Amino acid sequence: MSKTSNLDRVDGRAKVTGTATYSAEYKIPQTAYACLVGSTIAKGKINGIDTRKARWAPGVLAVITHETVDQPQGYSSPKSKTNLGQPLQIFKDNRIYHYDQPIAMVIADTFEQMQYAAKLITATYTKDKHETDLHKALHTGRMPGGDRAKDYTRGQDEAYRNAPVVFQGEYILPNEVHNPMELANIIALWEGNKPVLYTKSQGVEGTRNSVGNVFGIPPEEVTVHAQYLGGAFGMGLHTWPYEIAALIGSRKVERPVKLVLHREQMFTNVGYRPYTIQKIGLGATSQGKLIGISHEAIAQTSSYEDFTEATVNMSRFMYDCANVSTRYRIASLDASTPIWMRGPGEATGSFALESAMDEMAYKLKMDPIDFRKLNHAELDQERNKPWSSKYLLECYQAGMERIGWKNRLNEPGQVKEGDWSVGYGMGTGTFGSSRNRTSVRATFRLGGQLLLQCSVNDMGPGTATMMTALGADSMGIPAENVNIEMGSSGLPKGPTQGGSATTSSVGSAVVEACEALIKKLLAAAQTMEVFRDAKPSELVFREGTVFKVHNEAAKVSLDELLKASSLNEMAAEVDSKDSEEAKKYSIYSFSVHFVKVLINPNIGKIRIAHVVSCADIGTVVNYKTSAGQMYGGAVGGIGMGLMESLEIDHRFGRPVNNNFADYHVPVNADIEKQEVFFVNKKDPYSNPMGTKGLGETALVGMAPAIANAVFNATGVRVRDLPITLDKILKR
Amino acid sequence: MKNFQLIRPATVSAAVSLLAKSPTDKFIAGGTNLVDLMKKGVIAPERLIDIMGLDLTRIEQLDAKVRIGALAKNSTVSEDSLIKEKFPLLSMALAAGASQQIRHMATVGGNMLQRTRCGYFYNTDLPCNKREMGSGCGAIGGYNRMHAIFGASSSCIAVHPSDMCIALAALDATVLVQGKKSSRKILFTDFHRLPGDNPQQDNTLAVGELITGLEIPENRFMTNVHYLKVRDRSSYAFALISVAVAMELVQDKIVDIRLAMGGVAHKPWRLTSAEDFLRGKSATIENFSLAAKLAMTGARGYGENDFKLNLAPNSIVEALKVAASKS
Repeated sequence: MSKTSNLDRVDGRAKVTGTATYSAEYKIPQTAYACLVGSTIAKGKINGIDTRKARWAPGVLAVITHETVDQPQGYSSPKSKTNLGQPLQIFKDNRIYHYDQPIAMVIADTFEQMQYAAKLITATYTKDKHETDLHKALHTGRMPGGDRAKDYTRGQDEAYRNAPVVFQGEYILPNEVHNPMELANIIALWEGNKPVLYTKSQGVEGTRNSVGNVFGIPPEEVTVHAQYLGGAFGMGLHTWPYEIAALIGSRKVERPVKLVLHREQMFTNVGYRPYTIQKIGLGATSQGKLIGISHEAIAQTSSYEDFTEATVNMSRFMYDCANVSTRYRIASLDASTPIWMRGPGEATGSFALESAMDEMAYKLKMDPIDFRKLNHAELDQERNKPWSSKYLLECYQAGMERIGWKNRLNEPGQVKEGDWSVGYGMGTGTFGSSRNRTSVRATFRLGGQLLLQCSVNDMGPGTATMMTALGADSMGIPAENVNIEMGSSGLPKGPTQGGSATTSSVGSAVVEACEALIKKLLAAAQTMEVFRDAKPSELVFREGTVFKVHNEAAKVSLDELLKASSLNEMAAEVDSKDSEEAKKYSIYSFSVHFVKVLINPNIGKIRIAHVVSCADIGTVVNYKTSAGQMYGGAVGGIGMGLMESLEIDHRFGRPVNNNFADYHVPVNADIEKQEVFFVNKKDPYSNPMGTKGLGETALVGMAPAIANAVFNATGVRVRDLPITLDKILKR
Repeated sequence: MKNFQLIRPATVSAAVSLLAKSPTDKFIAGGTNLVDLMKKGVIAPERLIDIMGLDLTRIEQLDAKVRIGALAKNSTVSEDSLIKEKFPLLSMALAAGASQQIRHMATVGGNMLQRTRCGYFYNTDLPCNKREMGSGCGAIGGYNRMHAIFGASSSCIAVHPSDMCIALAALDATVLVQGKKSSRKILFTDFHRLPGDNPQQDNTLAVGELITGLEIPENRFMTNVHYLKVRDRSSYAFALISVAVAMELVQDKIVDIRLAMGGVAHKPWRLTSAEDFLRGKSATIENFSLAAKLAMTGARGYGENDFKLNLAPNSIVEALKVAASKS
């Protein structure tokens, strides 16, 4: 363990004392307040919007609708940089594609005036027949574009059907919403023709591109600040219509405009995990060797964007199996567009695959872990590549010991603690570990301070802390001497924070930038008198000092070096990317969640008595922030398993529980004991640190672990999430 | 939110006469429900009469009863030593409600007046007879997992959301109200009403009346009491079913008993037939089950809440079991 492997969050104090500034909190003089008024129908056309009362209300600066908007230049020639299709062009015309689609924006001097005026707006519509129920739109399912969304067959198609032991099951995942604590928010302003955004984005560079496209200006002319995010879970991966609206509004009123969505709008306007129906077929020998896996899924998208995720892909490589087929379809519904939500694709897919693996183990009368071990994949059969590293078996072992797996009986409902039925379950998770192109500048300054700069932002995993730790270790200086500038455009270009790639991408760039900086420092050191006779290879850098090997009396501190060179600072910038070597391997993180539940079937009460989450994420750069991510991901998975479901009343095409009182996520009282375990073994190929991803896999596999534990406790198999008490209640 | 005027009367009589002059005004105390309703556009009063300055916060021992001021906070009552000693059931029920933050703001009177949490009531784009008579009941044939199995009508199947009120219904409390001309007392079980064809009215408070307090008669339910709240998460969730039990046990014999259920009707649902059945009987699972069966007479589901037809009797038995096991 390095000195910094347990470093406290460098921005923790700022966050908990309220001094960290989130987008809507910037104090910009003359800021006006805006809000969006949503449509009350799910599909159709606006006949008319009556804004007269609102326009004459006190303090109102503008009311913008499709009738009054100055359309952004890029609306006529859109070129989407995402793989999603054409994002909704807010106020483009009178068409309604989803319930609560913004139809008007009110801008006023004060928050209260804006709120009041918004209530005065009324609209009339011509309704078209809407469809928001995926079960009724199955026939419209279509194969989306993109290589990994295509139908896949390895070996024989549907081979599972002819196996000695066959299992088939259908699994349903409802709509889930990200709903981070910090609402979607923005302050938008224009400096001449150049937009400036303080916004909730997971990717500064991505937002620049999207905004540039909409307004027909080069991305370099777009300034984006997104230093702190109060959670995002994927909802900040898209540039949403509300952000464009704020820019339109600011240009109109020629003032900075602040727009914060209502909590209700967080359920309807900024993405969600799509409703997905999956079918799994498994075939095995009577000894438990898998012969065939078939996995089909159909998920919802909007009528204007094709959202896809890798729902069925995990089934292609997770287990050793000669015959695998997968099919993935999407169907357009009259709802807004989904967006990647923590563990996208795999979280949904693992619920089906890992529930089915459990069901098959019962059919085979095998321990579910023995069944998985027997079908352990020694290489990635989808890509026919070796794993860069895989310590999944170590995760199984660690979890079994910690949860007390030996107390589990394979026969359901046989273990009791007092009046409670005890159940043990587990689910495996995985997520691809990628490394994205990243630039970082490392600057060493007089006084021993290191500055690291990158436009990447931090939605909560502790990116700044990770950068600080790696910078301090690389330069051999104390962590408190490292300063971070991040989350703003203009800094060296960082990646979007998503797909569990930040540490691999930004961390690698930090290490490489520090290496480049050390090289520069050593080159400068060579010109100094004390090292006059030294060959370049004889100079080393350690603990902030340049030494000559075999003669450590000859040394120069970094400060002395800078002074000797008459410099205040020395900098190195790198553009870091994946190595060719890494491409020879399949680089995946693995997680296993273990759950012990206590259930009172009389009243359907499910207590999460103990959760153990184990992961193989390569090197753990910082234990505290990693454990924090793992705890949070597991809690998210518990929400997915037990509580989360956005309920749509299909008669009206709109949600009924779009608020925090009725849309449940877990609270502390729901989870009695939780622990995490990391294998913490360096991946030899992934990147210089040997890390793999964590954020996504922290959630993947938890929901099936709960479903499997519930079955073990009660003998009731729940295949449609969430597992609410009515589904397991004793009749 | 619509703009409004806020006034702060100094006395109960001033407050009551203000409302008498302008009946569309609303009293506001903790505001934990009223402000939500205003934000959602469910109600839009021109004027709020802030009663938090009135002297109605005391918890007092009177002859053979305890009086609780209408403005006592939920958390204060729940933690009050007199209440904990004399009415542990009430303390438990209060602690089961909402969240700590809300309990610190919410008052006893406001708790009684909170509106249903039916999603159709709060979403002004959806039909709801309680909000807009004649628009229909969205919950019938819709999302009705939380809804009533007793006493509902074709115009409304919403449920009363309070936990505190379930305990008060069981404990034979009385509501003290002050009108412009006179004061009166309303039996707690008569305070809330069933929807019938007038679901807009939640209770029997007359226009212009202010709740000033509650009285609870002393009883012998000190030990064998339980408030079971069955819900979708362990805190900050409304009851799918709740059961308030207060028993007086001598050896294993039920000398006296009070039973009420929440999450099942438009008002706290007192289970008098089950009480009558159990009084004088032994505290056995068989008797509890028979009582639960009796309590379910007349229950009906509306689709998504059909599970309550099983959950309710199971919860009654569970709550009785836990109450009887305390010593």
